[in-house]
Amino acid sequence: MNLWRRSEYARTVVIVLAALVLLWEGSVRLFGIRSFLLPAPSIVVADIVQHPLFFSEQSVYTLYVTLVGFAIALIGGILSAMAIVSSRWLDRTFYTLLVATNAVPKVALAPLFVIWLGTGGAPKIAIAAIIAVFPIVINATAGLRAVDDEMIDLARSAKAKRRDIMMKVRFPNALPSMFAGAKIGISFALIGAIVGEFVAGERGLGNVILTSQATFNSARAFAAILLLGILGTIVFFVVELFERWTLPWHISQRSDRGR
Amino acid sequence: MTVGLVPKHSAPAAHAGRSLPYISIANVDKVYAVDGNPITALRDVNLDIAAGEFISVVGPSGCGKSTLLKCVAGLQPISSGNIEVQQQPVVAPPDNMAVVFQRDVLLDWRTILDNVLIVVEFRGLRRRDYEERALQLLKNYGLDGYANRYPWELSGGMRQRVAICRALIVDPELLLMDEPFGALDAMTRDDLNAELERLWYQTRKTVMFITHGIDEAVYLADRVVVMARNPGRIAEIVPIDIPRPRPLSIRQTEDFGKYVHHIRHLFASMGLVKAE
Repeated sequence: MNLWRRSEYARTVVIVLAALVLLWEGSVRLFGIRSFLLPAPSIVVADIVQHPLFFSEQSVYTLYVTLVGFAIALIGGILSAMAIVSSRWLDRTFYTLLVATNAVPKVALAPLFVIWLGTGGAPKIAIAAIIAVFPIVINATAGLRAVDDEMIDLARSAKAKRRDIMMKVRFPNALPSMFAGAKIGISFALIGAIVGEFVAGERGLGNVILTSQATFNSARAFAAILLLGILGTIVFFVVELFERWTLPWHISQRSDRGR
Repeated sequence: MTVGLVPKHSAPAAHAGRSLPYISIANVDKVYAVDGNPITALRDVNLDIAAGEFISVVGPSGCGKSTLLKCVAGLQPISSGNIEVQQQPVVAPPDNMAVVFQRDVLLDWRTILDNVLIVVEFRGLRRRDYEERALQLLKNYGLDGYANRYPWELSGGMRQRVAICRALIVDPELLLMDEPFGALDAMTRDDLNAELERLWYQTRKTVMFITHGIDEAVYLADRVVVMARNPGRIAEIVPIDIPRPRPLSIRQTEDFGKYVHHIRHLFASMGLVKAE
């Protein structure tokens, strides 16, 4: 009974998805829609099942670009946020510049990265990183700043060093915001990876979509999109799992224990 | 620490002749700029506090009592005048001082024990040397068994007790308390008042206790500093000649009532509370 009730959310999702797939399959068959316009889900899945090696290679490549780009964005973003919060001068220059460049659609920069970094993995990773870094920096900065004045007074009254205030007060206090930024960032990194593969690339799921389009192989394009959806969901939940594991104390994670 | 240097029922004038004050506040002004307009938070504040003395500062909100505490703590600069702790001008937080704030400001991600020990870490001391003392302090405050719990598992009163343990962990000579019980319910507040009175009686720390509660101020203090606002200034200093130790029941005595009435009357004459 308890398990049945707890799985209600999951059951609802499965039922809705199954209904959609059935509706899609049924409509394609019923109205005889041609495959290059809208392939039936059975054809899409069949394409993946028949080419497991091809699809896993492309997925792994896109995942690699996403994760490396995300890692760079995460480390760079958090270090930048710490520097911005520590220095009034950096706050006025670097942070202002960052907010201004955030208004530029980063996708527009993709062709430039190809000019600068060539057509290998580097430009794709760079695009993934540059798109992912903004939500991370902005959330981390906000989190590092959002410390109680009295907490800082307490630290100062105990003669705490600036480094201790940063590492023992500001940083842990900012972790929930950093994770919020990271969850947006990981999705953005995947978008960046695909954009990178669109503008220059011979590998990855983005490239698969592009080449399928050229040959009207819609089933293959849909297969790549389906895999991207699965990939995006997995990486997002991995970040969320890590958050639960790191922040057992946070208000959003508390059980019914205590007050 | 000069425990027992000052007889506990002496009038302020009596301190001055015997020894140098522990804290000396002389002609202190504090002016803020709010939207470019200067606001005088403190004007010409003069107060000497003897070592081992318990001073309550009572006043309406906006009278600058918390500002005064933060200036003594070295957390805010003064605009003019002079504040000395042990004959040293206060330019940074003095050594041997701990502050308790109105909000407990416990760190959510640290256990109770780790919250008490954070001050040890801030001061660059070795945790190991203080763990035993931390556990003993928690025990004294009825918190044994909570060392490995997290702040959100504790009630407001328990959290403030943890904040007091944190302040006491390095055994400071000077304890500055900024409306520490202001956010608690009346019964918890009584408990903590009684505990603080006992703590002071046993350790004779120099305490500056900010409050807006007249009863609390009189119950705890050797002298009550009554402040007025616009601008923040000292209206009167009332010596409290009630013997110690003081059980909570002392608040029902006629003597106690006279002090409370006197201070309330002072506020009434300043138009800060309605006259009885």
